[in-house]
Amino acid sequence: MSHISEEQVRHVATLSRLEFSDAEIQEFSREMNQILDYFVKLNELDTEGVPPGSHPLKTSNVLREDIPRESLSNELALSNAPDKEEGFFKVPQILPGD
Amino acid sequence: MEAYELTVTQALERLQRGELSCEEWTRACLDRARAVDGRVRAFVQLDEDGALASAREADAARKAGAQAPLLGAPIAIKDNMHIKGRKTTCSSKMLENFTAPFDATVVAKLRDAGAVFLGKTNLDEFAMGSSTENSAFFTTRNPWNLDYVPGGSSGGSAASVAAYETPFALGSDTGGSIRQPAAFCGIYGLKPTYGRVSRYGLVAFGSSLDQIGPLARNVEDIALLLNVISGKDPRDSTSSDIPAPDFTQALGRGVKGLRLGIPKEYFVEGVDPEVKSAVHQAIDRLCAQGAEAVEVSLPHTEYAISVYYICCTAEASSNLARYDGAQYGHSAAGSENIVELFTRTRSEAFGKEVKRRIMLGTYVLSAGFYDAYYLKALKVRTLLQRDFERAFEQCDVIVTPPVPTPAFRAGERIDDPLQMYLGDIFTISVNLAGVPALCCPAGFNAAGLPLSVQLIAPIFSEERLIQTASVHQELWRDKNIRALQI
Repeated sequence: MSHISEEQVRHVATLSRLEFSDAEIQEFSREMNQILDYFVKLNELDTEGVPPGSHPLKTSNVLREDIPRESLSNELALSNAPDKEEGFFKVPQILPGD
Repeated sequence: MEAYELTVTQALERLQRGELSCEEWTRACLDRARAVDGRVRAFVQLDEDGALASAREADAARKAGAQAPLLGAPIAIKDNMHIKGRKTTCSSKMLENFTAPFDATVVAKLRDAGAVFLGKTNLDEFAMGSSTENSAFFTTRNPWNLDYVPGGSSGGSAASVAAYETPFALGSDTGGSIRQPAAFCGIYGLKPTYGRVSRYGLVAFGSSLDQIGPLARNVEDIALLLNVISGKDPRDSTSSDIPAPDFTQALGRGVKGLRLGIPKEYFVEGVDPEVKSAVHQAIDRLCAQGAEAVEVSLPHTEYAISVYYICCTAEASSNLARYDGAQYGHSAAGSENIVELFTRTRSEAFGKEVKRRIMLGTYVLSAGFYDAYYLKALKVRTLLQRDFERAFEQCDVIVTPPVPTPAFRAGERIDDPLQMYLGDIFTISVNLAGVPALCCPAGFNAAGLPLSVQLIAPIFSEERLIQTASVHQELWRDKNIRALQI
């Protein structure tokens, strides 16, 4: 059964910021359809009224006092940066233009 | 007995009596690693100089009368946790040259406890896989048979412990990544309760599932290591403030009156007969010591793989969005604009399984499919959690096989992702429910590969696992001894 077309796989790749060759797109389409076909099993279950669950600890919105404390130095935070300038990360053009 | 063969508990006693120095112990492990790791390939980095320097410091501290629970104990760390100033590669081209700017909380705790870091161990890239075959660098081999995988994703940690290159190690477990390699390599491996151990400084994969835990050749060392790494951490808001007990106190408590739950869904067709038989034997032996077996049901087990691979890929697609080529890690040279930088960086440096999971995760979260896949999976996750809650009304510890088969041959499953995923059936429900579980060695199959039994307890009841495993360990002592052929 086909759940996802090659066209949709290309769209998901764009959303994922990944690019693939045509052959890879075909392979991903086949594999993803196989896996999504397996996921269909979940539809056997009636989950009406069941709350969605994540981790088992009943904690939510853990708050703390906003107290300034020492953090990574600018130098250390930039120590792995591929490109940097004057204490900032340096990236290529973001907005299109001249 | 060579120093590298000692358990941590044994070696600490010898250090205390002055019969062994920290430097001798660390040197013995490093020599052993140098002798066997060319074949096992457990380590991605072995830090000989750093380890020996720490060991000498530990000797000096001991002479000065310092007390710390693991003072001078060598340990291996899975290469997805930060040791400040050392590389954290996640066995990925993306982080091949990434140097950790801070210590993970578990590493800081080990440092305070006096541990000596031997090096970083191999994993499936970003902990995504069940064999270490997804490592961008090399595949680790099973010390019991080098043609077989050690399991994954903490395969390097498990293999290094099994091959006596280190007495114990840290791994991380998102869907079985400590327990399955422990089972494949014939050692103990514990996934603590979600929230028991801080995840700060563990490179995130599936944040609602990830948990750091110990791997060792005996249960005493599991308890010692769990003592050191447990506890609330202000840097991880999901870590729990439920106090951690002294887990070594659970050793030798016996199993009299303990109710062992046997879930029928874990003994189905398709499970290797030798795997089943080892688990049944383990149950019988515990019952002979006063435990009682009761049948329980975890009725939603067959849905766990779907729920897991929806939740973990969704979380992974979000967590791995940070690899953008701008802040750290690989960066595609000569990109014209920022979208090109993102796309080329990620396409060049992520491996196939990582891309597959990012794609699946992005799809199940995308507009129009969110309700059908992700929301549905979260609802079934609630049902899986309720399964465990109900089962634990009737029993104290659940006993299951951890894997449907013993270790498989390298190359055997790598081209069929779905088959690889299906092998995780008995470990993933534990992560989805957040409960703790411990894999214990249970002899060998006819081919000489390790067999294992998985013990599962209610949340924050790791003591019951250690209590049960310490009885199990005594009962299996003769069956678990076998000479390694490496």
